[in-house]
Amino acid sequence: MSNTIWVIVQQRQGKLHKMSIEAVRAGQLLASMVDGSVDAVLLGSQVGEAAEQLAGFQLGAVKVLDHASLGSFTPGAYTSSLQALAAETKPTFLVFPHTYQTVDYAPRLAQLLGGSLVPEVTGVEKDDTGLVWRRPVMSGKLEARVRTRGEGPVVVTVQSAAFPADEAATGQAPVETLTVDEGVIAEDRQILGVVEAAAGEVDLTQAELIVAVGRGVGDADKIGPVEDLAAALGAELGASRPVIDNGWLPRDRQIGSSGQTVSPKLYLAAGISGAIQHLVGMKGAQVIVAINKDRGAPIFNIAHYGIVGDLHEVVPALTAAVKEARGD
Amino acid sequence: MRIAVCIKQVPDSEARLRIAGDGKWIDEEDVQFVINESDEYALEEGLTLAEETGGEVVVFSLGPERVREALRKALALGAARAVLLSDEAFLGGDSLATGKALAAAIGKEEFDLVLTGSQSDDAGYGSTGSVIAGHLGWPHGWLVMGVEIDDDSSGAKVTREMEAGMNEVFHLALPAVLQIQAGLNKPRYASLKGIMQAKRKEIAQMGPGDLGLTPEEVGEGGSRLEVLSVALPETRGTAQIIEGEPAEAARILVDKLQKEARVL
Repeated sequence: MSNTIWVIVQQRQGKLHKMSIEAVRAGQLLASMVDGSVDAVLLGSQVGEAAEQLAGFQLGAVKVLDHASLGSFTPGAYTSSLQALAAETKPTFLVFPHTYQTVDYAPRLAQLLGGSLVPEVTGVEKDDTGLVWRRPVMSGKLEARVRTRGEGPVVVTVQSAAFPADEAATGQAPVETLTVDEGVIAEDRQILGVVEAAAGEVDLTQAELIVAVGRGVGDADKIGPVEDLAAALGAELGASRPVIDNGWLPRDRQIGSSGQTVSPKLYLAAGISGAIQHLVGMKGAQVIVAINKDRGAPIFNIAHYGIVGDLHEVVPALTAAVKEARGD
Repeated sequence: MRIAVCIKQVPDSEARLRIAGDGKWIDEEDVQFVINESDEYALEEGLTLAEETGGEVVVFSLGPERVREALRKALALGAARAVLLSDEAFLGGDSLATGKALAAAIGKEEFDLVLTGSQSDDAGYGSTGSVIAGHLGWPHGWLVMGVEIDDDSSGAKVTREMEAGMNEVFHLALPAVLQIQAGLNKPRYASLKGIMQAKRKEIAQMGPGDLGLTPEEVGEGGSRLEVLSVALPETRGTAQIIEGEPAEAARILVDKLQKEARVL
């Protein structure tokens, strides 16, 4: 039996989210494994430009549901629309980019459709028993291989950078208009506005050198030596989320998916284990140095240089070495 | 307001992880367990909202007997009582199975608000809260960074985290399920008085039968996901690990950053 794969792309104010194309790539890969056809499904209001962009990929069709009630995302409107559309077409797979928006409604959709849910997928392969999905567990320290069972569609959300957008096959896909019955779309929140999370002074996006500190520092009063290293290097000080959540540094120093995205020449991560939410904010750095006492910390997977050790010993030693090398 | 808070007990973030003999999960022996980080913030938010509105918090958890320790801590922090779903049948579930069981337990009482963390630091499905909402037929919100209850308690103004340092503000009707993100408040410490009082507070235990569910509908049996194995991630990295005492390693690293990488 041929499978229908829907890639539910994400747009905001008519612009495609960059991970939408990664989800298209994941859908295409899946289609090659399970003998299926891939359609992109685009929800929103006045999204013609995004639809045109999607039409440039190898897809069965770009299916567009354009409705004023879908202009601002609400989980209720998006799940009710997709539930109605899926009831008609019965897709076997629904592939979403794993974003702050899709995680707010894909799980509930899986439940409403009586399907299964595979969140945060980083890979997929096929063996004799069927599809095996890979996803991070233990905050990225381990990776699980999982499979789904039971009836209903399989809903997956694919993690950032797992399926490179530049590998998505291009083509010419027709754009089709979808409709749902009047009264189907059920908004469940009233959007009041968008505000800056941290109206701060610090712009790390232009910094050439960054020293970033993580949970491993242990306490606010132990950050001093890390600041000293940043000062010796002439670097900006950044931090991963736990440091900010604990109130050890202000939120405008946060680097990661919910903070700033940086791409310095040198990124030195001290006591940062490297959860994906942090990595997406700094993996564009030219040279990454990791200092962590756990050799298994995911930060070492993307680092160019590493020292396995206690940052409270290594960081002061680095400060001394930098001063020595610079003849201070 | 009557508020239910769901918490999960997970391995401490500093724990050395070893893979269990069957290769399907970690070996829990000698591992220190703590309340999941974002759940601690959910509990704090629940306690604060209950104090402001003159209500109470009932804390729920699903997991083995060791979870009593986490519930006892929540009671010491100020929760009125606790409900533990510790029956063997509940264990090993995905978020769909766990959410179904928790929704059934929560649904036996009247609540105005259910709070959970946004994501667990072990399985990390990030979806149990919205599954609970789906079963209860309530609206929900994920990655919540702020909650203001309307004066008449009929709704709430919610701040939700978006990407790239922005937050979205919206209003939803209560009852609802809110999945709290770490960092929106400052979790309190337990007082000695609280710890003493907690000893007299109730931890009710429930099995599938108490919730009108069969053992096959919950836990591993009711799961739509099967974990085949866990392993260290395939290391694609090519990091040069610099060995030696801190002072020596530091000198070598600085030298390499100057001469090899040319970034200093």
